Amino acid sequence: MGKKLESNFLNMVVVLFGVTLIASAAVGYVNSLTAGPIEAAKQAKQVNAIRQVIPGEFDNDPSADVWKVKTPDGGELEFYPAKKNGEPVGTAVKTYTNSGFGGIVWLMVGFNPDGTISNYSVLEHKETPGLGSKMDTWFTANGKGNIIGKNPGTTGLKVSKDGGDVDAITAATISSRAFLDAVNRAASALAGNADATSGATQQNK
Amino acid sequence: MNNFKVLANGIFRENPTFALLLGMCPTLGVTTSAINGMGMGLATAFVLIMSNLVISLVSNIIPDKIRIPSFIVIIAAFVTVVDMSMAAYLPALHASLGLFIPLIVVNCIVLGRAEAFASKNKVLPSIFDGLGMGLGFTLSLTLLGSIREILGGGKIFNLPVFNENYGMLIFVLAPGAFLALGYLIAIVNRIRKAN
Repeated sequence: MGKKLESNFLNMVVVLFGVTLIASAAVGYVNSLTAGPIEAAKQAKQVNAIRQVIPGEFDNDPSADVWKVKTPDGGELEFYPAKKNGEPVGTAVKTYTNSGFGGIVWLMVGFNPDGTISNYSVLEHKETPGLGSKMDTWFTANGKGNIIGKNPGTTGLKVSKDGGDVDAITAATISSRAFLDAVNRAASALAGNADATSGATQQNK
Repeated sequence: MNNFKVLANGIFRENPTFALLLGMCPTLGVTTSAINGMGMGLATAFVLIMSNLVISLVSNIIPDKIRIPSFIVIIAAFVTVVDMSMAAYLPALHASLGLFIPLIVVNCIVLGRAEAFASKNKVLPSIFDGLGMGLGFTLSLTLLGSIREILGGGKIFNLPVFNENYGMLIFVLAPGAFLALGYLIAIVNRIRKAN
């Protein structure tokens, strides 16, 4: 190998400046290439989640008709109304809970126009792998704690341990409670704004 | 040392996980499943190869006293590139590894190979060293992930091996990572000593 550059002040400043300049230019260039696809991937995930939880067809763009409701603890729920020929066919609600075992849990819950749950999708969670993480299938129609078709109404769903009729995930009661908390939050907010589809005024952002 | 010796060196004799015991944080953290271990290993391998390549090229024009910060900047740039590309084109894998990708920057293997090998060797051997170390890391993470997935969930690469009620949950959780890694290191060292 050849002789190294001497470690004097000028050399060090120039070289380190050069290295950081080239590195940041490269990162900036890749960012300009990937910013679009990253945004698209996020959008696609959201749209897929809405499609998954709304039963049947709809012909509007739920993301364009979104309305939001602030919750008392500073969060925000997003409502995506799905319509076919102007008739509501359901609402997808992006909801959350702070009481998960590993922190915040984000769900997309779909409701039929009569308030029953049509389906749900877990958007983001940090629950224990193998325990709380089973929530993505546990509460579906084929799972053991099926909530599809139930109407949380204003009373809310509860795990059987708390006197409700939903079987909690084995060894993950905290995650199950958190999951139902998020679902109930969405349901009661939706019920509280039931007339919103006809004349929405109060819940504009 | 010829290039293939360098390559084999990283995969077996100086395997980063089982022999050098470097980069334990991602090793324990991401190997809850075989596919996670493999994804993390491949991402690290890419960063290793690229950083070894660049560092062996520029090590002569970097004064000794600022070599560590320069290496870190170069490595961090490649990690950021991997992070952004993964988020853009492999969003599902990024969702499960996202937390650990930025940590590749401080993975001791990458800086360790830059300092111990790439800065003292020519370009071609450095690429082979990065490749060997990267493959060694990928193989050991995939192996550890497979073991934890089989014992913990009865599956491998999401394909069922045992019936679905099977599962020693501890192997998916943190203590199982330490247990499985400890036994693996013992077995691998036994084999290496025997050779």
